[in-house]
Amino acid sequence: MDAWTFARPSSARRNGNDTLDLDALASCFTSSACLVTQTTSGLIIGMLLFLVAVGLTLIFGVLKVVNFSHGAFYMFGAYFAMTSYQLTGSFALAMLCGAAGTAILGLIFERVFMSRVYGADVLMQLLVCYAFVLIFDDVVRLIWGPEFRSMGMPTAFQVVPLFIAGGVVPPYYLLLIGVALAAAIVLGVGLARTRIGKVIRAAAYNPSMVSALGINTGLIYGGVFAIGGLLAGLAGALAAPVRSLTPGMGFSVLIESFIVTVIGGMGSILGALIGALLLGLIRSFGSLGFPLFTEGLMYLFMVIVLVSRPSGLFGKEVA
Amino acid sequence: MKRTRQPGISRRSTLTLMGAGALTFAAPWVARAQAKTIKIGMPTILSGRVAQLGTSSRNAVTMEVEKINAAGGLAGRQIEMVIRDSKGQPQEAARVARELVNTDGCELLIDAEASSGAFAVHEVARDLGVFCVHTNSETSALTADPKQHIPNAFRTARQGVHDSIFGGSYAAAIAKGKGLKKWATCSPDYAYGRDTTAEYTLYLKRFAPDVEIISESWPKLFQPDYTEVVTKILQAKPQALYSCLWGGDLTSFIDQANIYAMFGQMEVFAVNMADYTALTVVKNLPKGIHSGNRYIKTFPATPENAAWGDAYRAKYNEYPTNWSWENATAMMLIAEASKKANSADGKKIAEVMRGLTIKCPFGADGTVTMRAEDQTLIGYAIGWGTTIPQEPYVPDVKAGDWKIILELEAEWKKSKGYT
Repeated sequence: MDAWTFARPSSARRNGNDTLDLDALASCFTSSACLVTQTTSGLIIGMLLFLVAVGLTLIFGVLKVVNFSHGAFYMFGAYFAMTSYQLTGSFALAMLCGAAGTAILGLIFERVFMSRVYGADVLMQLLVCYAFVLIFDDVVRLIWGPEFRSMGMPTAFQVVPLFIAGGVVPPYYLLLIGVALAAAIVLGVGLARTRIGKVIRAAAYNPSMVSALGINTGLIYGGVFAIGGLLAGLAGALAAPVRSLTPGMGFSVLIESFIVTVIGGMGSILGALIGALLLGLIRSFGSLGFPLFTEGLMYLFMVIVLVSRPSGLFGKEVA
Repeated sequence: MKRTRQPGISRRSTLTLMGAGALTFAAPWVARAQAKTIKIGMPTILSGRVAQLGTSSRNAVTMEVEKINAAGGLAGRQIEMVIRDSKGQPQEAARVARELVNTDGCELLIDAEASSGAFAVHEVARDLGVFCVHTNSETSALTADPKQHIPNAFRTARQGVHDSIFGGSYAAAIAKGKGLKKWATCSPDYAYGRDTTAEYTLYLKRFAPDVEIISESWPKLFQPDYTEVVTKILQAKPQALYSCLWGGDLTSFIDQANIYAMFGQMEVFAVNMADYTALTVVKNLPKGIHSGNRYIKTFPATPENAAWGDAYRAKYNEYPTNWSWENATAMMLIAEASKKANSADGKKIAEVMRGLTIKCPFGADGTVTMRAEDQTLIGYAIGWGTTIPQEPYVPDVKAGDWKIILELEAEWKKSKGYT
């Protein structure tokens, strides 16, 4: 009894690896199993973030509006997917509903509300967006209730994870990475090569000229919001099987998405992709080496980028 | 002769003002003394991420109040609950509590706040001298620390140190039996997570000295993604994992750990798993997670507990939570103390409540006791067991021995300088 003390810290904290564990980080770089697991872990975090952040950056690039309510589309995507999955039992349909539902919501939101404040002060735009953050949260609370919910993993993905070079990779996360990559490619190619893409880029550069050429800019703006909503909704739908659903769940994702867009450069799609992947890898490997400073690392990285390149890594490449 | 009025307040005006002032200040007390109903104020969390627990507290109290009122109320006075939302903010909880007493005329307080708010309401109770029962705060110091002690405040919530003592001994027995020496922890990074984990590992090592904590993870409260935490734990290759994540954080963690097949690679001890809020939400609940009981209607396995759980579910169309039984117990104790004191007066209820033992569906032996020395609840059901994915969720719960818990608690208090 005497040998037993009531000292608070547990052994790991006494060893000091609570705040800094560079040994763990170094040994991870020498182990293929650890490298594979942590890299895929970083890719998963990054790809989901990219889907949300790219909508944010696209809307800013074209409309010059910081859509503070963008996280709500992620939330609605998750709830739409859950409800659809509960009703139909089809995972594919759940993803489709999550993405299409938020695309329609984005279009309505832009046409009815945001289109009225384009010429207004930035503060007014922020105020409208923030008001809708609160309204959307309450709408979710009214429809689905205030308690947290879970969609559950579809049976097809309730399988043993893959072991690649000793590292653990869940099949569902491979799908998630694939879908997000496909979305990135479609978006990138669509904007660069298609006529609609060219019109959107032209509207971002000179909306008056585009309008003078007889193109309905209102439709383009609504379409951009719909694409942004679709991508955020898709992210929410993909996250729904593994994250708990709760009113307000979009907010934390929004903050990280802002970091991504600031790092990548506001308005740059490639920047959003690179920024999101970098953040994912920082979190993944940072949790090994800097367990208590993982979030801090993200902000530190953002500060370094802002100081060295104030417009972000790809800030000049306006979409 | 012409009289001119002197500037300032005349004697007559002064007397009138004093009279009016006296009436104004005396009115609530006069009205209160004559009132047939007795108002009980209840600050709790009715919005935000913890709203479900606050709502379940309100539901449980409402259900018990209906029974008490049907039986004649508190010493003949019908109870009127005044329940306000604190939004989970300590300063708001304190403001609401003060307002409930000073403006709404509440004579008793049910403090249904989480720990952060409970300490704030405790100071209000100290200042106003109003009778108060803390129903949800599990932080041991709230009643164990003599500096916190006030004669008018009680606690019916379970206490962290009680859970840790039994949780540690339960885990140690399994660790010894299965040779689980390498442990990891994963708990939310705030006071509750840090303290509970420290106390748990302390008692785990006390009962199983060979145990070594090889990895710790401290995800943020309400963190949406645990992927990097899950992979970090997998890299450490522990034989067992302890977690005091709760609510949506716990269900997210389970869903994300599930797809890495983590639960097949180690024994998992999650103290907050066996609460219906988590059990019913997780769609793919792994078999064999060890958990402490929070509230389940099958433990204690008595007809009274099952009937209470069923009645709650029938009334509200959902299962009760850990906070539900803690709040219901407060009302049961108040009703019994009031009956014995034949009074609804807070001071008289407090006098009777010290050391009071009542029959209770949530008691380990069918009774619970409000311990006189620190005015906190003992004898409530404490148990640990393993989960299955369908009802009754935790089919076989091993009950804690209160004799040992109390012995070790006394030792713990001594070591902390509380006695």
